[in-house]
Formats: sequence, C-alpha cells, structure tokens
Amino acid sequence: MKLPTLREVGTEAKLLLIGIPVFIWTMIPIYHMFVFAISPKEDAFTGKLWPTHPTLHNFSIVFHQQHYFLRDFWIQFWNSTVIALAVGALTLFVATAAAFSISRLRVPGGRAVMNMALFTYFIPAAFLAVPMYRTMGTYGLLNTHWSLILAMVTIAAPYAIWVLKQASDKLPVELDEAATMDGATTLQLFRLVYVPLMMPSLVAVGTYAILLAWNEYLYAFLLLSKDTDITLPVALGNFLAADDSPWELLMTTGFIYALPPAAVYYAFKRYMVGGLTAGAVKS
Amino acid sequence: MAITLSASDAPSPPLSARLSPPQIWGIALLAPYLLVFLAFVVYPVGYGLWLARHPASYVELYNDPIFARAAVNTLIFLVIGINIKMLIALFLSGFFAQQRPWIRWLSVIFILPWAVPSIPTILSVRFMLNPEWGVINQLIFKFTGDDGPNWLNDPAVALAMAIGVHIWKSLPFWTLILLTGRLAISHDLYEASDVDGANWWQKFRYITWPSMQTLYITCTLLSMIWTLGDFNSVYLLTGGGPADLTHVLSTLGIRYLRLDQLSLAMASIVCAMPFVLPLVYFMMKRLSR
Repeated sequence: MKLPTLREVGTEAKLLLIGIPVFIWTMIPIYHMFVFAISPKEDAFTGKLWPTHPTLHNFSIVFHQQHYFLRDFWIQFWNSTVIALAVGALTLFVATAAAFSISRLRVPGGRAVMNMALFTYFIPAAFLAVPMYRTMGTYGLLNTHWSLILAMVTIAAPYAIWVLKQASDKLPVELDEAATMDGATTLQLFRLVYVPLMMPSLVAVGTYAILLAWNEYLYAFLLLSKDTDITLPVALGNFLAADDSPWELLMTTGFIYALPPAAVYYAFKRYMVGGLTAGAVKS
Repeated sequence: MAITLSASDAPSPPLSARLSPPQIWGIALLAPYLLVFLAFVVYPVGYGLWLARHPASYVELYNDPIFARAAVNTLIFLVIGINIKMLIALFLSGFFAQQRPWIRWLSVIFILPWAVPSIPTILSVRFMLNPEWGVINQLIFKFTGDDGPNWLNDPAVALAMAIGVHIWKSLPFWTLILLTGRLAISHDLYEASDVDGANWWQKFRYITWPSMQTLYITCTLLSMIWTLGDFNSVYLLTGGGPADLTHVLSTLGIRYLRLDQLSLAMASIVCAMPFVLPLVYFMMKRLSR
C-alpha cells in the first residue's frame, strides 16, 4: 500500500477541519432532542452529553397518552396523517390536470394561468395567511379540517403545476399525435399515456405536498383550534403555553413527529432532489 | 377587408362548436385549479386589499413603534442573514463537491435539518437557550461557576438566534442547489487551469464564479422572498419578544390578526409589497422562460 504524501494528508486535514464543525452544527439540535427523549425526567436537565440511565419510558408515556398535554396524541397524529394524505391526493389531482391541460392540450390562456400560479408561489405564505384566515371564516370552514386541506392545496399546487409542466413539456408531441391517430380520446391520452410517463414527477410532487402539509405549523395553528382537531405541530406549540411544560415529553413527541417525514424524505430523495433542482438550476 | 367584415357580421357560432374536444377537455381539466385559485387566492387577496384601503391604517401603523422595529428586523434578517447563509452555502458547496466517501456520508447527514420538520428542532434550540435549565447555561455554570446570559431576553441576541435557526434549517437546501450548479461545470476547465498553475482563488474567480453567478443571485433573491414568509423561526423561538422587539413582518401580521386588527395586519403586508413585487417579477421572468 502506498503511503499518502504529506500534501494529501494536509488536504484531508483541511477537509476534516470543515467537515467536523459541519457535522456538529447539523447534529446539535437533533441530538439535543434525542437525548431529552431518552432521558428520565430527573436526568434531562443536568446538561450531560449522554444520560446515565437511558430509557424509553418517555415514549411509553406518549404512546399511552399518560400526560395532560398528551391526552389527544393519537387523534392528533391521525389528524396530521389524514390532512397530509388528503393534501397530497388533492394537489396531485389539481396539478396533474392543470399541467396536462396547459402543456399538452395547449388550452387558450394556459400560459396566463401558469404565470398566476407562479405568482402565488412567490407570495410568502405567511402574508397570504392573514386574508386566508378571514376568508375561511366567511366560507364557514374555520375549525374544520377542510380549511387546512384547501389552504395547503392552494400553497402546494403552484409549485406542483410548475414542476409537472416543466416535465411534461419534455415529452415528445409525436406521442400525443400517435395516440390520437390510433383513436385515443383526450381522457384516454391522459390516463394511458400521460400519467404513466409522468410517474417519477408525480411521485416527487405528491411527496412534496404531503411533506409540506405534515410540516405546516402557521396555517394549522390559525385555522384549527379544538384539541381534538389540531395537528401534531400545533399540539407541540401548545406545550409552550405552560411554564411547567414537561420538556422531555415535548421532545419525545417532537422526535416521533419528525421521524415519518424524515423517513419519507430519505426514501424519495432521488425524486425530491431531481424535482427540486430541476426547478432551481434552470436559470 | 370584406372578409373580416362579413366574418364579424355573421352570427358567431356557439362556444362549443368553436372549440375542439381537446380544448373543452383542457378547460375542464384546468377548472379545478382555477376554482382553488379564485376561491383561495383572488378572493382573499382582493378582500385583504379592500380592508387595507384606509389611509388611517397606515398612519396608525406608522405610529406603532413595533412596526418600525419589525421592518428593521426584517431588513436585518434578509440583508445580513440571507447573505451570510448564501456565502456559507457557496463555500460548503465547494466542500461537498470533493469526491470522498466520508463526504458523501456527511452530505446525507447534512440534509437532515431540511428533511425534518422545523417545529421540534426550533423548540429544541429554544430549550438549549433557556437561561436556567438549558444545556448551554448548564455547561457555562459547570465550567466557570457563573450564570450564563439570558439569551432570548436580549432583543439583538434573540434576533441573531432566530437568524441562526433559519440558517440551520435552510442551509442544506441552498448548499445542495449550489452544489448541482458547481457539478455542472466542466472538469476540463479545472484541469487546464491546473496545467497553467492557477491557485484556488484564481480557479474560483475565473472558472467557478462566472459559471455560478446567475444561479447564486437567483438563489439569493428566491431565498429573500421565502424568508419574508419565515414565520416559524421567529415565532417559535422568541414569540416576537422580549417586549415585541424581535418581530419580523410575517409574525407582526399574525400578531395584528390575533389582536383582531385585521386592517393593520393587511396594511403591514401592503407596506412590504414595494419590496416584494419587484423580486417576484424578477423571479417570474426567470422561471417562466
């Protein structure tokens, strides 16, 4: 085996000098949360790097809803899941139909709709939240899951349409022409040609919408209020209301809440990165 | 001329006859999004602007010291915070472009802040900074015997911490984007410059930067627009406090909303528009090509 030269060792050392701080910086808040989650109550506040008696007791308390703050944990988990899946499905439906219409059928005014959608995408969501809250009241949707679902579809759809339109513009026109020649109706073209070819982008967009809805705090916190209606992030935020919040339980709940999206993200990373960078690099 | 006259004189055929079946389908398939757009973007925005029509709201806003403070905080957040973040991202994209197995592993870990939801991690940081029980002050006490500072009670420190949380969360995303830009640069250019004996700065200045500057500027502007809407970093870390001194425009709008001062909330958002709209226009021109 060849010994590394001094110069190679120097380069490696310089890279480590960057890599180690990056690792520590990235892990600190997550590790801190993890240590809290596996610490017994008395151990949690001693500032140790690793608890003396690591335990899964906190998880058991959360799963059995054995604390005042956690009495609706499972129903809130359910709310988060249902809302995220509904947003994913609805966004996919709305965005796929719109992208097909704009990109493949070249519907008159399609370009204008695309621009309006892009405009919405760039309006900061926190700004739209203020009038949206009032509008949901007017529609009588406030404090129902539909308000959050529809609000999140509104926010997720523009980017979804844009990504899908970019992807479907790349499909050759001859494909549609051949299918039409063979007597395919527009709906058949959509169902049998377009959707199968667009699968990778559809997975990316669906995942994007589900994660966006699962992670959303502001809209959920504004639009829902009853303890049995709210989603997990709102419940986590509510922990802050009390001075004697059980931090170790909050961190445990937070850890449980963070796991599914992280798992989904890593499972679909291939699609996510492709979809996202296609958007940003095109400049 | 005669043809156009006769065409306009003739009774126009019914709409369904003028459109081909695919176009009818096109309109039908576009309808769901149009409905969502009209009901949840056009109507709310129009209603909001209507609420913000009174000049009195702007006078009241102008006289509210919290608004002025929030505007300054937002500027600090955007101008200082975003530029620091993008410079680090540019630097780290160079680091992650190095071909090493351990760097590939590190990049998988590095993306974690972006992959996990922001609420638990922001609350985790909030607890770390707790003056009595937080791990940071515990460690300070352990090693120096002194009480640590009350981090979130100083508006300047609290805002800096909120910016830190924001950077922690979104740095991986922008690093990744800049990394793809960097990897798109032809390797031959670097090899040729090695032959010419260029140092790392010359390589960056004459190869990397020219190919990346458009992407870098686009990313910076995009990040600025999005950061305007970053409610979580400030609200969950400081809650706008102490004494409402760390609000940014997004949390201030929600604060007015919670106080039932809807016209003030809308007015504060309208005040941000002269800054937002040019950025949005620029980005739209970029992306709709």
